[in-house]
Amino acid sequence: MTGVNGELPIRVSVRRKIFPAVGTRDAQLVLKDISFEVEPRSFLVITGPSGCGKSTLLNIIAGLDTDFEGSIDLGPAKDRLTFIFQTPRLLPWRTVYENIALVLPDGDPRHARIPEMLQRVGLGQAMNAYPERLSLGMQRRASLARGFILEPEILLMDEPFVSLDDPTATSLRELLTELWHSHPTTVIFVTHDRAEAIQLGTRILRLAPGKASVAQDVTINLTEAQRHDRAAILAEQNRIFAA
Amino acid sequence: MAGSLLALAVLWYVIAVYAQNRYLPTPLAVFDVLLREGANGELWKNTSATLVRVAVAFVVSMIIGTAIGLVLGRSKPADKFFDAWLILFLNLPALVTITLCYIWFGLTDAAAITAVALNKIPNVAVNMREGARSLSKDLDEMAKVYKFGWWKTLRHVTLPQLAPFFAAAARSGLALVWKIVLVVEAFGRSSGVGYRLSIAFQEFDVTTILAYALAFILVVQVIEFTVLQPLQSRVTAWRR
Repeated sequence: MTGVNGELPIRVSVRRKIFPAVGTRDAQLVLKDISFEVEPRSFLVITGPSGCGKSTLLNIIAGLDTDFEGSIDLGPAKDRLTFIFQTPRLLPWRTVYENIALVLPDGDPRHARIPEMLQRVGLGQAMNAYPERLSLGMQRRASLARGFILEPEILLMDEPFVSLDDPTATSLRELLTELWHSHPTTVIFVTHDRAEAIQLGTRILRLAPGKASVAQDVTINLTEAQRHDRAAILAEQNRIFAA
Repeated sequence: MAGSLLALAVLWYVIAVYAQNRYLPTPLAVFDVLLREGANGELWKNTSATLVRVAVAFVVSMIIGTAIGLVLGRSKPADKFFDAWLILFLNLPALVTITLCYIWFGLTDAAAITAVALNKIPNVAVNMREGARSLSKDLDEMAKVYKFGWWKTLRHVTLPQLAPFFAAAARSGLALVWKIVLVVEAFGRSSGVGYRLSIAFQEFDVTTILAYALAFILVVQVIEFTVLQPLQSRVTAWRR
């Protein structure tokens, strides 16, 4: 299940990203001289305050935004990229099951695994429900299932657990960790939540507010047990963000 | 609903009996004429001629109006340029398009249907333009990331978003189209409900006018309840 790409890292290099002037608002420099590599099957968290360009960077990496100076090299794994959006973005006129099935090609053997995947994210009972009849937490689970059924080589996630209540967010984080362990894949995860960043990531990239560039690039050294320990997370948080 | 319609019929009956005027027949007299026209085949002949014209004009305007609406909704420059045209055609009186079509293309069915379509197309276009404008960019990106391809995107992402606008345009469209078809028939055709009404008008035959009006309202109601309403509730079944 591991990389078809051998051990090639993802290479991201954004020299300049500008939002053009609209109406009375001036053009705005969003990202400047950001370049980094992501090792295969590592879990990189990009963090920073709102408006620092995190989501823009992720859209560029995903190929949704091509209007920038620089280059993105995802290697041969680029065809197996999945993006979990900040909002679930399910098709409201298709059932949960159909929403998952639609991302697979017709006749793909993975269709048979959809019920099992939905069980795993706790949506076994809601398979035939329309998304708008479900809670936001359940819609997020469906969107995770949709991403994971593809067994992606590269998984991009844009604040997928924001605006959820604490227990729901915690259980979804655990689900993500579990899915990541059973199918290791290269993850780039955007969040502004520091504790979440430390709990999930193997490495943190901090974008500086207002400067549109990288402020800090650190590796997280926590064992699996420590990741469930609030005190350990807090200590790591102080070490990283005190700087 | 049946009760409220019955009350209206009773009210009509009472007023007609009280007025005792040959220009206000009772519901029973109208019903008699309906039976007579039904028996001699006139009712069927005229209603079916009108229905065919309604159907053709309706389909033509829905197709052309949808195409125009989608182009205008997706392309800002096209919308900017053609918006004034759309407003002009929206405000063009039906009578003007009808007379001009007959003068330019002769007293033919093609001219009649063109006239009706010209009245309806701007209406459909405005509706569908609204639909195309409100297409979700979020879902578009989702389809792109998950490599839906154009056919899957059209079928599962784009069309379902347009369906409610299409259903609304269809429902308001049918009502408008059949009214204009009657005018077109009264002006320059020798069959159809409109034609029959114009003859009745020349004879001041109010009973026949009411009989045909009722017959056609009935037909349109049946289409509304058996086709259009089920269609609309089907395309919006997923709503909360």
